[in-house]
Amino acid sequence: MLAYLIRRFGQAFLVMAVMAAIVFFGLYAVGNPVDLLINPEADLAEQEETIRRLGLDKPVHVQFGYFLGGLTQGDLGTSFVHNRPALELILSRLPATLELAFLGILLAVILGIPLGMIAGLKPDAPYSKVIMTGSVIGFSTPNFWQGLMLIMLFAVFLGWLPAGGRGETVDLFGIPVSFLTWDGLGHLILPAINVAIFKMSLVIRLTRAGASEVALQDYVKYARARGLSPARVLGVHILKNIMIPVVTVLGLETGNVIAFAVVTETVFAWPGIGKLLIDSIGLLDRPVVVAYLMLTVFLFVMINLVVDIAYSILDPRVRVKRGKS
Amino acid sequence: MSDPVLSVRNLVTQFETRAGIVTAVDDVSFDVGPGEVLGLVGESGSGKTITGFSILGLIDKPGRIAGGQIVLNGQDLRQLSPPDLHKLRGDRVAMIFQDPMMTLNPVLRIDTQMIETIRAHRDVSKARAREMAIEALGLVGIPSPAERVRTYPHEMSGGMRQRVVIAIALMLEPDLIIADEPTTALDVTIQSQILSEMQKLLAERQTALIWVTHDLTVVAGLAHRVAVMYAGKIVEQGPVDALLDHPAHPYTQGLIASIPSSVPRGQRLVPIKGMTPSLINLPKGCAFAPRCPKTSDQCLSARPEQENLGSARTLRCFHPSEVSS
Ligand SMILES: Nc1ncnc2c1ncn2[C@@H]1O[C@H](COP(=O)(O)OP(=O)(O)O)[C@@H](O)[C@H]1O
Ligand code: SF4
Ligand SMILES: [Mg+2]
Repeated sequence: MLAYLIRRFGQAFLVMAVMAAIVFFGLYAVGNPVDLLINPEADLAEQEETIRRLGLDKPVHVQFGYFLGGLTQGDLGTSFVHNRPALELILSRLPATLELAFLGILLAVILGIPLGMIAGLKPDAPYSKVIMTGSVIGFSTPNFWQGLMLIMLFAVFLGWLPAGGRGETVDLFGIPVSFLTWDGLGHLILPAINVAIFKMSLVIRLTRAGASEVALQDYVKYARARGLSPARVLGVHILKNIMIPVVTVLGLETGNVIAFAVVTETVFAWPGIGKLLIDSIGLLDRPVVVAYLMLTVFLFVMINLVVDIAYSILDPRVRVKRGKS
Repeated sequence: MSDPVLSVRNLVTQFETRAGIVTAVDDVSFDVGPGEVLGLVGESGSGKTITGFSILGLIDKPGRIAGGQIVLNGQDLRQLSPPDLHKLRGDRVAMIFQDPMMTLNPVLRIDTQMIETIRAHRDVSKARAREMAIEALGLVGIPSPAERVRTYPHEMSGGMRQRVVIAIALMLEPDLIIADEPTTALDVTIQSQILSEMQKLLAERQTALIWVTHDLTVVAGLAHRVAVMYAGKIVEQGPVDALLDHPAHPYTQGLIASIPSSVPRGQRLVPIKGMTPSLINLPKGCAFAPRCPKTSDQCLSARPEQENLGSARTLRCFHPSEVSS
């Protein structure tokens, strides 16, 4: 297990390093942030002073050397725009994104799995057709459009929920969260639904495919032949076998939501890291973009690890194979 | 003879398929008494498994039981409500499925699956149920059952898994066990070992057994009575010795002639020519007519009804061989 963890983290750091290098030089090639950052009215001395302060007067490989040097001390650089450490900037925005992502995924799971089970086990029933049609729509319409429709309906037309922003927050272990205040929760619901719709459609499809396949297995009939209650057959014998693909895909999707919540965060003006990324790319704020991508890779690796562990808990056969390899 | 444990009368089970209605079980009647072993013999596809599932009420769409009675201990199972049927399955009637590899749920431990079965039918603590499970495993010859019970199905060999399934069937001391080709997937030595152990346990407890197989030699050593199925119908049944020594139906004769040990050394085996018919669009007359050496015009135009030959023998054939009695 330890060797396995070391290997996983080794891979992660390699990917992070390669990624950092590509983005670093890529952004250098795209344009010079100085043009965007410096007040054109300022005099020459002032301009040069700024350039020197940001380290942009050095050749790019020297700048990269400084960057690597900083990395060894846990310093991912300082934002050109905000003049704060990039990592600190990202971490200050991360709770908003995590909150949004996890509530979205949670909604997708607690609604998607039962709906998918129904559609898989009673494929001919009218309500199953409704579920599947809904999931096709959720799957195939653009995310931003769904977000706009939600705002139109619940914020503009019905006036039930606010259209954007994070609302009131309270500190939970020193981290500001929205979901513990009524106002914050009200602000969180629409963006969370926006995140949830697509994932839920995915969960419904996976669950339905799994349920209709697993329901035909001998072990399900055998469970019934032993006189188990329908609830137990469904909730244990069928569900546990379906969970394997669902957990795998959901884990990857959680990474995606965190990394690419850009659309939802933009539509709902949700102050998360997705919005920060878009703004930073626009301003060629290289340290923030690089730090963001490294953090994202790290999160992906961590989530994959959690998925792997969940996977081996769910499927005992995987444990054996890993033990052997 | 005492009252039969199970009495099946005129059972008809059909599947509605796109190509037409398949009558998988067609007018099947038989009795099984306490401690009696009935061998249900026939080629693959003749309706043996579906007969077993019908008795347990496990026929799923697009199938349905279209007629007949299934009377267990004087109670017609077709009249029972679903909850009453759940109570009965696994408790009064147990079924052992065809493929030991596919029967146990791969993601649940053996103890989970045994304990849930016991607790579905008996009001006992988990600890007591575990004791019962371990005891049952010991009874079917599983070494160190207290440890084996904590393993997953894939960690056991096919023979061990089959013993587990047999232990589960015996565990609650049912009145009737339906064993669907339980040993065909195993090698011959293990097969005969399991057979003789099971036979002993059942005789002690006076449990009725329906032993489904396509192998007449197994039946010869085990069953008291034999019913031969062809294309969904029982074409001949009777006490094992009488039926094997003096088969009256051409199909039974064909089966016996194709057993290696039935033919003197040097003489050729005679396989039954032709193939099992498709159950859709069966011929108007006797289903065996295309393969039968005695076919007459009558066989082609009408279906033989079931006759009682006396001494507990029944037969469906227009031109049977003489049965000396
Ligand atoms: N789900 C089903 N749909 C349609 N036909 C079926 C279905 N299940 C079984 N059958 C039909 O029932 C017949 C008998 O099957 P089965 O009882 O499994 O045979 P056996 O156990 O004797 O090999 C098969 O030949 C098949 O045509
Ligand atoms: S009824 Fe005719 S065709 Fe059918 S088994 Fe008897 S002799 Fe053969
Ligand atoms: Mg079968």
